[in-house]
Parts: sequence; C-alpha cells; structure tokens
Amino acid sequence: MSTPAPLSCDLDRMIACPACDALLADISVETGETASCPRCHTVIEAPRPLAMTRIIMLALAALILMIAAVFFPFLELGAAGMVRRSSLLDTVMAFATGLTAPLTIAMAALIVILPVSRFLALLYVLGPMAFGWHPARHAAKVFRLAEALRPWAMAEVFIVGVAVALVKVAGLAHVSLGPAFWAFVALVVVTVLKDNFMSRVTVWKTLEARRTS
Amino acid sequence: MENTGSPPHILTARDAGLIGCTQCGKVHLPTTATCSRCGATLQMRDKASLQKVWAWLIAGIIVYIPANLYPMLATASLGHTTENTIVGGVIELMHHGSYGVAGIVFVASIVIPVAKFIAIAFLALTVTRRVRMSAHHRHTLFEVVEFIGRWSMIDVFVVAILSSLVRLDFAATITPGIAAISFALSVAFTMIAALSFDERLIWDASEDEPRE
Ligand SMILES: [Zn+2]
Ligand SMILES: [Zn+2]
Repeated sequence: MSTPAPLSCDLDRMIACPACDALLADISVETGETASCPRCHTVIEAPRPLAMTRIIMLALAALILMIAAVFFPFLELGAAGMVRRSSLLDTVMAFATGLTAPLTIAMAALIVILPVSRFLALLYVLGPMAFGWHPARHAAKVFRLAEALRPWAMAEVFIVGVAVALVKVAGLAHVSLGPAFWAFVALVVVTVLKDNFMSRVTVWKTLEARRTS
Repeated sequence: MENTGSPPHILTARDAGLIGCTQCGKVHLPTTATCSRCGATLQMRDKASLQKVWAWLIAGIIVYIPANLYPMLATASLGHTTENTIVGGVIELMHHGSYGVAGIVFVASIVIPVAKFIAIAFLALTVTRRVRMSAHHRHTLFEVVEFIGRWSMIDVFVVAILSSLVRLDFAATITPGIAAISFALSVAFTMIAALSFDERLIWDASEDEPRE
C-alpha cells in the first residue's frame, strides 16, 4: 500500500485533507493506526487488519439478511381473532394509492434498493482486492457510486421507524415482531460494522496501487 | 478541543497552488480536471457551492411548511375519520402516556429539521462573514448536520408501516396523508443542501483569524 508510485513527482508524497484542504505529508499508515488531520482532526486513513476481507464478508451477510428481511413478515398484528402480517414489500406499497404514489418508489429505494446497490458495489470493488487481484473493470466508478449512495441508504432509520410504529399501534391491537424484523436489526449491525472497517482513502490508494502494478 | 492541535500556520493545497481531491486526498497540479486516482472532478473550491446550498435549503424550508399544515396520516375508525398532523401525532402519543416515543417523533420531525435549517444557513452565512465561533466548532456542526439529516425520515417510515399494517380488515384504517410527501421532500432537499456544501470553505474563512 505504501509503495511509491512510479511517477516520481513530489505530488505523490503529499496528501490534501479531504475536509479542510490542509497539505500534509503522505506518510504510510500502518495497519491498526489512525492518521488524522492535525488541523481539523478528520480521520484521513485508518487501515484495519484484513479490512477488505471483513468488509466483503459483512456485505455478503448484509445481502443475505436483506433477502430475508424483504420476504418474511416483520410485524404481526392481531385483533379480534384476525392476524395481519406486514412485510417490507407491504410497507413500500403503503403509499401506492392516491396522491402519495410517488413516495412508493422513494421508499423502496431508501429501504431496499439503495442499500442493496451499495452492498453489491462494495463486493464488486473490494472482492478482487481481498484476493490481491487486479481491480475489476470500472472499479473506480463503482466505488464512487457506492460512496455517493451512503447517505441515502436508510436501513437503520427504518428500524427505529418500526419501533415507533410498534408503540403507536400497541393500544389498537396485539403486535409482535416477525423474523424479518430481527433480520433487519442484524443487517443494521452488520452495516455499521462494515462502515467502520472502511477507510475511503485507503481503498482508493489500494485501488490505485493494484491498477498500476 | 480548543487548544489541542491546530497549528497556527498550516499550508493548504490551494495556498501551495495545487488542488486536493475531496474524495481521496490526492494532490494535483491546478491544470488537472479529474483526479487520476479516483476520477472525481477536481475543483480548487466549488464556487457554485453556496448557491446550490441556498437553493436546496430554501426549497427544503418551503416544502416543510405544508408538511406541518396538512395531515401526515388519517385514521378511519368506526365511521369517523381523524386526521393527524405531525404535531397532532406527538400530542396524541403524549395523551397515551408514551412520552419516550412522543419525544423521538418530536425530535426527529420538528427539532432536527428546524435546527438543520438554522445550522445550514448559519454555516453558509459564516463562510463570507466573520463570526466568533471557531472553524473547529463550525466544522463539528457541519458533521453533526451531515450525520443527523437522514434520521428525520423516521416519521415517513412510521406512516408507511402503520398504513401497511392497519388495513380494512380491522376496525380501523390508516392512510398516509399528503404531508408525508412534502416532509420526505423537505428531508431530501436539506440533505442535498448539506451534501453540496464545500466543507473546505469553512476553513478558508478562518484562514487569517488571529487565534482559533
Ligand atoms: Zn483537515
Ligand atoms: Zn481523488
């Protein structure tokens, strides 16, 4: 990772803080260490042992959990002898009628489509990295996309929403959590873990080093 | 945090006549258009950044108004329908004694959006005006705004979950109201406003401050 680039220009020995533009010496950061900007304290690089492998394992786990979360019911509502199960798909379709129809697509995107796209993008980019192969075609483009999607993948926000909804209907009927809810909780934990292992600058440097080698 | 770190004279890439990539940190000559490492578009400073921030922020504030005036959801039960606005929903939760959840909804739907409008406007204004607040604190404020933005979406999800769960086969039916759309748009617009903000501008403004 710290091998000097073939272009023996001074530019390659510097790094600009992505947050505040401070010009810093690009020292090689050892695994387990954290390099942060002396001016704004933003973490610039934080390589972790086996980070790539761990990220792809977690992204795979997240994908499987998402499949479970979509198809199993996550809430069960019982009232007057009737039981109604609600799955993620039902929730997405809740806005499908009337004036709120456009929200349906947005909901599907925020809860399922964007998180899944992110997992797939990360697998595509980091998979070859974890095995020490050359980057896949368009890996840079795909990783940029994955980073851009990050704020819009709202799985964990949805989980808190489920908890709030649960309390709201608790007076109306008997409510219990379905298997998909727990799958979703696990998914959120996995996503948070995965994002903790991820150091954007480190991934970019690795991609660059593998591309030129 | 005030006295730790932050050496007084730190050279920025711009000062050195270079461009730093905001995605991967790679330093380039000012004539370079796209980053050779990550392919991101390079800009010394995003000059249009503040205009974009203001445009999205104003759009976010405008759509936030109907979000509060119109019903978020309508509950039809035994022939009569009650419509709940955001504030109405919070009050109802408090009547039921669920203060914790009422608190979550109140914070997510009212406190966070309003605080976010103020914070983004403040950050955009202080890029050109000198203020007492140090660049450090403004940077922290920006990070908080960026992190917290998505959590305002909770109430929209709650409406969707309730509507999918409580349907015709029960004594009550819950249908989403038009406010759900304008609220969701408001959250999205303010998120875009925060994302279009060029963080580096926060630090440029404090460049010649005598003391952090
Ligand atoms: Zn910095
Ligand atoms: Zn770059």
